[in-house]
Amino acid sequence: MQFLGISLIFVLYLSCVSGLYFHIAETERKCFIEEIPDETMVIGNYKVQLYDPRTGGFMPSSPGIGMHVEVKDPDDKVVLSRVYSSEGRFTFTSHTPGEHIICLYSNSTKWFSGTQLRVHLDIHVGEQTMDYAGIAQKEKLTELQLRVRQLLAQVDQINKEQNYQRIREERFRQTSESTNQRVLWWSLTQTAILLVMGAWQMRHLKKFFEAKKLV
Amino acid sequence: MNSHRSVKSLFFFFLCISVSLAVELTFELPDNARECFYEEIEAGTDFTVEFQVVTGGHYDIDFELIAPNKEVLYREVKKQYDSFSKKADIRGVYAACFSNEFSTFSHKLVYVDWQVGAEDPLPGVGEHLTAMTQMESSSHSLHENLNKVVDYQTHHRLRESQGRKRAEDLNERVFLWAVGETFAIIVIGIGQVVILKNFFSEKKPSQMMFS
Repeated sequence: MQFLGISLIFVLYLSCVSGLYFHIAETERKCFIEEIPDETMVIGNYKVQLYDPRTGGFMPSSPGIGMHVEVKDPDDKVVLSRVYSSEGRFTFTSHTPGEHIICLYSNSTKWFSGTQLRVHLDIHVGEQTMDYAGIAQKEKLTELQLRVRQLLAQVDQINKEQNYQRIREERFRQTSESTNQRVLWWSLTQTAILLVMGAWQMRHLKKFFEAKKLV
Repeated sequence: MNSHRSVKSLFFFFLCISVSLAVELTFELPDNARECFYEEIEAGTDFTVEFQVVTGGHYDIDFELIAPNKEVLYREVKKQYDSFSKKADIRGVYAACFSNEFSTFSHKLVYVDWQVGAEDPLPGVGEHLTAMTQMESSSHSLHENLNKVVDYQTHHRLRESQGRKRAEDLNERVFLWAVGETFAIIVIGIGQVVILKNFFSEKKPSQMMFS
């Protein structure tokens, strides 16, 4: 009875993932970008199915293939790099604000593209990762209390995003000012180089013609 | 122990039975490529597909929404931002396809947001049997307004990202152009002098022949 309960929970939990899906080749690497503020949790649920040439469709479960999940932070440092089974979830929390790149590719050993893979993917960011059912049960909250908890989480996320927006805007402003400076320096430098070049050319040619006794 | 487990499985049951799903993805579409996302939708469910091109070329992309009976429900060519809502008539797999086939060398970064169904009621508390009190309905409308704020924030972030990436690109190009043109001026300047000197040193023997 306990085993049945556990397996029921397992099956129902995993069957959540069958939402959005897309196709990739077996050796192809698919990347998604998540631009998030810091201290934000990201949960991704995925499921991989292998193409079945006999039926022309996709096998309902393919336990043989594994999925390599690699997450890089904005400084190009690897945050998460693990091989998961054909179905599972990956979690990471950002420590620096910016563009995090989530890459998925199968751990196939083929050298060129093999069969097609169907990948179901579902990514939750920030407030969406909160397990309200678990919180309500653990702390025995009423609906209103749970709703307030949700609103608090949402507002917190909005606040973090606004803060990150301020940092991004500063970076944008610095880039524009740097461009402005560079254009200014370049116009002055180019004028100087042209003048120096012209003067050098005249002097060199004058010396040359004087040596040849033509001037 | 058994009742505890069955209650827990009931919670997970409510978690998974939800027909609503909202997925936001930002992906890169290489030039001359086509990428499709599929979703299985029940008949009578409302769904919305929203996309925005973040970087690349003229910030435009072709979009197509194909129903399970292969009928094209919506097609837009070279759009920068669009949103499409529909109530699904047929049950089946709907495909949202993005095409960058008209572009030869600019790869595009595209944000797509696909929402199926209305949002779930707050999980973990069970179904709502009585009408909502004023407190509950105002907190519900607060939640919906905050959802809109998050959505506006996302679009603002994408637009800001577009401008910022363009500015960074410009900054780099200005630097490369300055270095390249400095080098070209120096090479041409020295080259002109060398070639001129070459003319005069070659003509010397022919002048001697004529004089």
